[in-house]
Amino acid sequence: MEWLSSLVNKVLEKASVTTPAQLRATGILSMNCRNLNYISRYNPRRLLPLVDDKLATKRMAEKAGVEVPTLIAVIEYQSDIRKLESILAPLQQFVIKPAKGSGGKGILVVTGRDGDRFIKASGDNLSFEAISRDVSNILGGLYSLGGKTDVAVIESLIQADPIFNDYSFEGVPDIRVIVFRGFPVMAMMRLATRASDGKANLHQGAVGVGLDIATGHSLRSVQGGQPVQQHPDTGHDFSALKVPHWHKILSLSAACYEMTDLGYLGVDLVLDKNLGPLILELNARPGLAIQIANGQGIEPRLKTVEALNRHNLPIAERVAFSQQHFGILASEKS
Amino acid sequence: MKGRFQLGLMIALLIAAGLGLTLYKHFALGFPLLGKDVSTVWSIEAWVSFKAEGEAAQASLTLPDQQSDIWIMDESFASPGYGINQINDGGQRRAVWSIRKADGRQDLFYKVKLRLESGLSPSVNDQPETFIAPVLPEPYQTAAQSLLKQVTESSANATSFASTLLGLFSASKPDQNVNMLLGMTDEGVKIPELLINLLRMGNIPARIVRGLHLEDGRRRQPIVDMIEVYDGAQWHLLDPRTGKSGNPKTFFLWQRGAKSLLDVMGGVNSDVKFSIISQQIPTRDLALAQATHERAALIDFSIYALPLEAQNAFKIILLIPIGVLVVLFMRIIVGLRTSGTFMPVLISMAFMQTQLLPGLVIFTSLVSIGLWIRSFLSQQNMLLVARLGAVIIVVILLMAVMSVFSWKLGITQALTVTFFPMIILAWTIERMSILWEEEGPRDVLKEGGGSLLVATLSYLLMSNPIVEQLTFNFPELMLTLLGLVLLLGQYTGYRLLELKRFYPLVRAARRPR
Repeated sequence: MEWLSSLVNKVLEKASVTTPAQLRATGILSMNCRNLNYISRYNPRRLLPLVDDKLATKRMAEKAGVEVPTLIAVIEYQSDIRKLESILAPLQQFVIKPAKGSGGKGILVVTGRDGDRFIKASGDNLSFEAISRDVSNILGGLYSLGGKTDVAVIESLIQADPIFNDYSFEGVPDIRVIVFRGFPVMAMMRLATRASDGKANLHQGAVGVGLDIATGHSLRSVQGGQPVQQHPDTGHDFSALKVPHWHKILSLSAACYEMTDLGYLGVDLVLDKNLGPLILELNARPGLAIQIANGQGIEPRLKTVEALNRHNLPIAERVAFSQQHFGILASEKS
Repeated sequence: MKGRFQLGLMIALLIAAGLGLTLYKHFALGFPLLGKDVSTVWSIEAWVSFKAEGEAAQASLTLPDQQSDIWIMDESFASPGYGINQINDGGQRRAVWSIRKADGRQDLFYKVKLRLESGLSPSVNDQPETFIAPVLPEPYQTAAQSLLKQVTESSANATSFASTLLGLFSASKPDQNVNMLLGMTDEGVKIPELLINLLRMGNIPARIVRGLHLEDGRRRQPIVDMIEVYDGAQWHLLDPRTGKSGNPKTFFLWQRGAKSLLDVMGGVNSDVKFSIISQQIPTRDLALAQATHERAALIDFSIYALPLEAQNAFKIILLIPIGVLVVLFMRIIVGLRTSGTFMPVLISMAFMQTQLLPGLVIFTSLVSIGLWIRSFLSQQNMLLVARLGAVIIVVILLMAVMSVFSWKLGITQALTVTFFPMIILAWTIERMSILWEEEGPRDVLKEGGGSLLVATLSYLLMSNPIVEQLTFNFPELMLTLLGLVLLLGQYTGYRLLELKRFYPLVRAARRPR
């Protein structure tokens, strides 16, 4: 029997496959478990439209005093597209996104103008017609779940904090924090690469950097599931990366719990040069890749929070609890 | 936790109910579980003929009764101009044909269909009647007594007594006493009657039974007399011609007791002949016929009560849960991505009509041409709904063109293209093209390949004759499938593909320790 199990292990190793027992030992949350035990238990369905609709999220955040990028205009009907030209006229930089889009689909980032053409983040340029066609597609529901009609949101472009310039190829790096019952439990930073076409989507080739909840210091970086030491385009070493305003980021994320009442939440933030951390969007079904970026399973942390039972802690205490219990470097160094 | 327990209980109940009903239908109602097995059905025709004498005529024939291990499925009468009555004559069914006036040769038919089936037992009280030992006229009485003494000495019980006695009568060189007794046949006593009398003198309950040996293709057979003896517990069948015990399994008992088989009034030269044929009939039809006959509620209120056309539709519809289960399995347990949750099921339904390879070829070519045309449409400035509509029309055009060209080229397989659901195809094309624009061709191949893989798997399962037979004959299994689906909905374990996805993570987590 001994030789059999060692043979099986060898074959699995060769095929780079692990076993359920090992995954469980590492505390990795599976997709099925996330859906059944966390999302469907802690995220009541009636609350989902609030986060699925970025416009509603934005208005809610503004009301709650949580900082978000400035809203410039909303295009609701196809006939309003005529007004688009006058809306865009004074703007040098802006972002157009579908209010109900998912996974970053349909987001158009314009970083500048060249005569009557618009320059995209990737450096390509677009005619005004191409932009209005894009807006028409957004309104038609091309990017929304189930093809429902949608509205296009135009907001100000974030002035990325230059601190990350060395780590990102085009695009704005964003920070994803998983907030469980108001506790920030895990965080990562997503950095665009040439391979990801300036997008910060991990499965498209962006780099994910796990962040220490206690300090905002980088833990580990992965690209396409494989560990990397430095940025593939800029060559900068990730180990020196430390996110500023870390406490503010955690507090902002934790505040989203009171704002939405969603128990299992992915909060996406960006660091603006002038405004500091801003909430970009909320996700009621955050992905599992954050575990790979952190090199850690999330389930033990979720269990720790679940063990607290009913809590009534203010934001500051929750953040302190998370920093104390989920920090890695702190606990290892002490 | 209480909800969890309730759900668990419900799942267990559903699965048990589905399996239980299936087993009930298999064992109690005789539905075959696997394959298309056939059963033998025997058709026996009794042909009564006599010559009428120009007056009222009446013929009565003993009819067979339900008996052990033989199930009488159906009986019918054919006799032009005759009125038919069934009467009960001392526990024995008789058919009575009567006519006011008949002349010349008359032919009356009675037909019975039966099936050998073990485990059937008649509910008649089969105790032997009391009797008085008969007394034969001399010199036969003396011969009989000495014969019986001789037989008693060389036998142990009632059956061996009877078979020894019968053996003596069928020997090629009968002994003295037997020869003497056989002399009675010259006086009009039939051998079976003589044997019954001798057995009764030995105080053994015995009776004459009449019946037929079931052998295929027998025509114009006379009825066969056999002897049954009672050993104190049950009756044993013996063949008076050989003394050997008869095989009751292939002997269809028509009549018990020595009463006449056929009585004719108002006619002469009466005769009854039997012909026997066997037929092979699918067991399922048989079970269905029987269940319908017995009005088993499970059958009476089921899709078998629907018209044949609707049944055929259900034959296909009942396969859908299998496809659904495959999709759930591939998504929840394996973790494969497909385009559109249940789209693969619809594709596999189309494969059922087109066969697998032509279906795959048609599907991929339709979607690729559609994608190409869609890429042209996406360059035009138009509303999304209109573009979707345009894609649908283009898909239909493509189907028509494909059918016509392949027909002209003699490839009839491509005609089945019409079985693909057009709206689904259009949506697939739309989704794929968005995927292409946003995530690149790799994701399109991944998702499209995943969908086709799932569709192929569910096609292979759905087209399996055993699966088709099970789903159609045992729709109850859907309850089991429902239970399995609910069970899958509880699965929080890892997906197979996650074992690969998180492999680097396990390695990373292991290293520091």
